[in-house]
Amino acid sequence: MGLEAKNIYFRYDKRQPWILQDRSLTVDKGERLAIFAPSGYGKTTLAMLLSGYLKPDQGQILLDGKPLPSKGICPVQLIYQHPEKAINPRWRLKSVLEESGALRRDMLGAFGIEPAWLDRFPRELSGGELQRFCVARALLSGADFLICDEISTMLDVITQAQIWNVVLQEAEKRNMGIIAVTHNKHLAQRIATRTIDLSA
Amino acid sequence: MKRLNRYTKVILLTVVMVIVWIAVYACGVLIPDDAVAGNFLNARQPPSWQYPFGTDALGRNLLMRTLKGLSVSMTVGFAASLISAVVAVFVGIAAATGSKRVDACMNWLIDLVMGVPHTILIILISFALGRGLRGLLIGIAATHWCSLARLIRGEVLQLRSQQYVAVSRKLGKSSGWILVNHLLPHLLPQFFVGLILMFPHAILHEASVSFLGFGLPPEQPAIGIILSESMRYISTGMWWSAVLPGLALVLIVLLVDKLGDNLRMLLDPYSAQE
Repeated sequence: MGLEAKNIYFRYDKRQPWILQDRSLTVDKGERLAIFAPSGYGKTTLAMLLSGYLKPDQGQILLDGKPLPSKGICPVQLIYQHPEKAINPRWRLKSVLEESGALRRDMLGAFGIEPAWLDRFPRELSGGELQRFCVARALLSGADFLICDEISTMLDVITQAQIWNVVLQEAEKRNMGIIAVTHNKHLAQRIATRTIDLSA
Repeated sequence: MKRLNRYTKVILLTVVMVIVWIAVYACGVLIPDDAVAGNFLNARQPPSWQYPFGTDALGRNLLMRTLKGLSVSMTVGFAASLISAVVAVFVGIAAATGSKRVDACMNWLIDLVMGVPHTILIILISFALGRGLRGLLIGIAATHWCSLARLIRGEVLQLRSQQYVAVSRKLGKSSGWILVNHLLPHLLPQFFVGLILMFPHAILHEASVSFLGFGLPPEQPAIGIILSESMRYISTGMWWSAVLPGLALVLIVLLVDKLGDNLRMLLDPYSAQE
């Protein structure tokens, strides 16, 4: 068993049409699933539902057959599309990493984080550099599943490759399940063992 | 002189203001009671080098009395606005983080206090608590927190919808931890600027309520008392006993108001670049 969405329905408002209707999917541990769709097909909504940020109107999100825990560190972690919004602008980056547990300096190299960055503020780093902190924060929490919501869309090709190398290496090492939300078909084919097209 | 940029100018101005403010306060505290004692030989003196603000009908040195009065007003203003600002933070956070019912309750309370004219409310509270320094202080503190509370409520609501707060929750952090570590640091500038901009209101209300006779007792050298006394003699041509202390009060209030604006400019990242 792994992370499972069971016949979920979701809409943001009762007067609006369904964004997701009777959608089911399963990801096992160690599996890498890519969710692919053009804009407006509910990719981000699905990512937020799977990680427990939103509750489905009908249906269930199950982790190993049980609902997601509402307290404590969530074993399903979401990495957002815009890292600059997902980091408190008044915190030094050291605190950002410490938020998910003890800071382990030996692991920074693997995430492509330079020690000098730890004492800086978020606005002093670029989007790609900040995204590495978001990835590191999610991975350091000891999550079993990682949901990546277009985490490399705003990055240049080289940084994209770096970020994904980190994510895939760690996932392999820890036998994590990965759900990558993207609208880049080539990226989906490159990183995933299985692909779902929401628009189909 | 080298041209200073705007940021440096604001900082310099702020430092000068703080020094003037502290100097006035220290003068008021350090002046002995003898200096404001009455002396009928010197009664009704117009402003001169010996008595820059002149003397009143009892022959008291008005400059000394004004300085002493200002320091009393400053103490009342500062204490009252500090209490008000702390109340505002608590009410604002409670409204934004509590249940819908708490929010409605807090908003109702804010509307209620804002709906009654401040001066009347202060007079009522001060009168009910037996006037004097304590009644006046509580009266001012109980009426000035509303707009800051509303501001902080909005700020907290906006902060709570930020992604990093949602992430923090998913990392297993409690609401209390999020409040202290994520929310409060963002509220600090609002708190300080609100506190300082509240001060002029508090000090003016103190003076006006004392002027009307519902605040400080007549023997205390407060600006409101001085102005109230001077009204009796103004028709006899003693213009200085009303104009000069009043002017001093206006200057102090303007000083603090400008200080608050400067501080906002320094602390608020949106206006810092203007």
